[in-house]
Amino acid sequence: MEESARTILQTENLSIGYRLSKKKKLTLLSEINISMQKGELVCLLGPNGSGKSTFMRTLAGIQPPLQGATLVDQRPIKSRNFKEISQLLSIVLTERLTVENLQVFQVVSLGRYPYTNWLGKLDREDKEKIRWAMEQVNVLQFANHTIDQLSDGEKQRVMIAKALAQDTPLVMLDEPTAHLDLPNRVEIMKLLRRLAKETNKAILLSTHELDLALQAADTIWLMKKGEPIKPGVPEDLVLSGQFESTFNNQSFAFDKSSGKFKMNHCHISSIYVEGNSVMGFWTRQALEREGYEVSENQNHDLHIKINPEDHQWEVRYHQKHFKCQTIKDLLFTLRNNIST
Amino acid sequence: MLLSTGLFFLLDLALGSVNIPIDSVLNILGGSKEKTSWTYIILSFRLPKAITAILVGGGLSIAGLQMQTLFRNPLAGPYVLGISSGASLGVAILLMAGSILAGTSMLQNPIFDIYGMVISAILGASLVLLLVVAVSMKISDTVSLLIIGIMFGNLTGAIVSILQYYSNPEQVQSFLIWTFGSLGGVTWSQLKWVMPLVLAGISIAFGLQKSLNALLLGENYAQGIGVSVNKIRLWMILSTSLIAGTLTAYTGPIAFIGVAVPHIGRLLFRTSDHQILMPAVGLFGALLMLICDIISQLPGTNQTLPINSVCAMFGAPVVIWVVMKSRNVKANF
Repeated sequence: MEESARTILQTENLSIGYRLSKKKKLTLLSEINISMQKGELVCLLGPNGSGKSTFMRTLAGIQPPLQGATLVDQRPIKSRNFKEISQLLSIVLTERLTVENLQVFQVVSLGRYPYTNWLGKLDREDKEKIRWAMEQVNVLQFANHTIDQLSDGEKQRVMIAKALAQDTPLVMLDEPTAHLDLPNRVEIMKLLRRLAKETNKAILLSTHELDLALQAADTIWLMKKGEPIKPGVPEDLVLSGQFESTFNNQSFAFDKSSGKFKMNHCHISSIYVEGNSVMGFWTRQALEREGYEVSENQNHDLHIKINPEDHQWEVRYHQKHFKCQTIKDLLFTLRNNIST
Repeated sequence: MLLSTGLFFLLDLALGSVNIPIDSVLNILGGSKEKTSWTYIILSFRLPKAITAILVGGGLSIAGLQMQTLFRNPLAGPYVLGISSGASLGVAILLMAGSILAGTSMLQNPIFDIYGMVISAILGASLVLLLVVAVSMKISDTVSLLIIGIMFGNLTGAIVSILQYYSNPEQVQSFLIWTFGSLGGVTWSQLKWVMPLVLAGISIAFGLQKSLNALLLGENYAQGIGVSVNKIRLWMILSTSLIAGTLTAYTGPIAFIGVAVPHIGRLLFRTSDHQILMPAVGLFGALLMLICDIISQLPGTNQTLPINSVCAMFGAPVVIWVVMKSRNVKANF
């Protein structure tokens, strides 16, 4: 397919921010030139206060840009009315539903709002789309439940179903995984990725789930206050160090080799750990939290040998030897016998 | 519900200081001959009064439902935008300001009395309304609009108090009687105006059902599915003003029903869906108003009670019961 035919969202020299008064403006970011293709899952990442929400609102046409334009399906969003926009892009917001006395089916069917007559009467096609949308996010069995009977994860899925029923080529979600537990977060991310691929929708979501975004996104847009947005394939952004520089600060660091963020603990002493099993991994984790620098150098006074067969840790410190059965035991021994 | 509304409509016609048998009432309505005095009572007094009761009950309840959805606030009602305060101000100025400024009451002419009150109430209500609409076009935040509406109410209330303070007791009393509300003052010639205006307001409300449901998701979501929130809000204000403004002018500020009935409707039908709620609330409001009117006539006696007091005395316990039965009133918005 030709590149321009696949582009669904595009910005032209877009400036985002707030107009404080007639003359004064607060510009968060300017000269944004970025685009999204159909079937692409894009994650917008950035620290708090980097302007993610403002950017999303401006893209969706809820907030006017300071300068430049957002083009949806080749035409500026400003030149379209609410009804046209609602047939091109659907939104899922961070704000939670306050109404609880509505059935799931009724909420999802509001996604058909742009297509129904003044009475909101649903025809066969509408009903099929609503059913399909509820099936996709697995809430069909709750269709007749009221909103107050659902968990937070289910509520979020209902709002995604509403966006799907709206049948738009572009879906924007503002922190769809906030308030959710880990299984639900993973579930939602997997769902969004599958939807992007199966329905060829372009899906843009902002999130703080860095590791999930690295695993699920086709493209990541990195935002940092005062710097231009950096778009790229997740792995490229990691390898080029841009990912690191966006998020690093004094208290933690991004570890390129594991793709994880690590807290920066202050080191009190060095230690050598022998053994590379699963037990070794968790032992290192515990030691680092305790303030030990786990080093590759064998010539340390302090030496721990892991014995996976007996599930045992052997600590050697100068001439002394200790045997520990659990990590708790190990940490206790270190605290009491080792002077740092 | 339609059936019981019809039943109470007939009862309302039959009962009063003179009790007229139901079959005679039906005969009179059907156009057959009955006692002339009865025919006169029914056609000239009770029929317009009963129709007014239906308009007041249904209209104010629907207006209240809209305002509660717009402001997502269970305490909102048709008068939240300051419409009744505007009308009160108009009437108060008419009844009391004349004497303060000119030293004589403007109410020596009884014709001027009836029409003057209606006209000044309409003028007062429209003035406040225009201000609210003007503000709502400038401000896109609904909570601010709510606060501004309440402030307008306080402002006009303050002026009314000052007027009362400097007026003589008779004038204060005639103002107070107006604030008690009355369904009986509306004649056929006035109904010719009241009915189309109120029905126009109700029709607008029915046309807004779909958008009102969308607003339940919150203004941002509503806009996301293609609702022009500002436009819808203007229509809602227009509908409410047509209903509440017109009715207040002719019957005085009948409070309570507009706040209470939407709650009863939501809890009876266990939904926030306006396609069900709007007709239900309209009918239930009309029904409740007819019952209140029957009670206020104290059938069989020559006494009447002020309609506002009856509504509150018999309605408040119902609302308390309903609210205590429901787990969470906030869940409806």
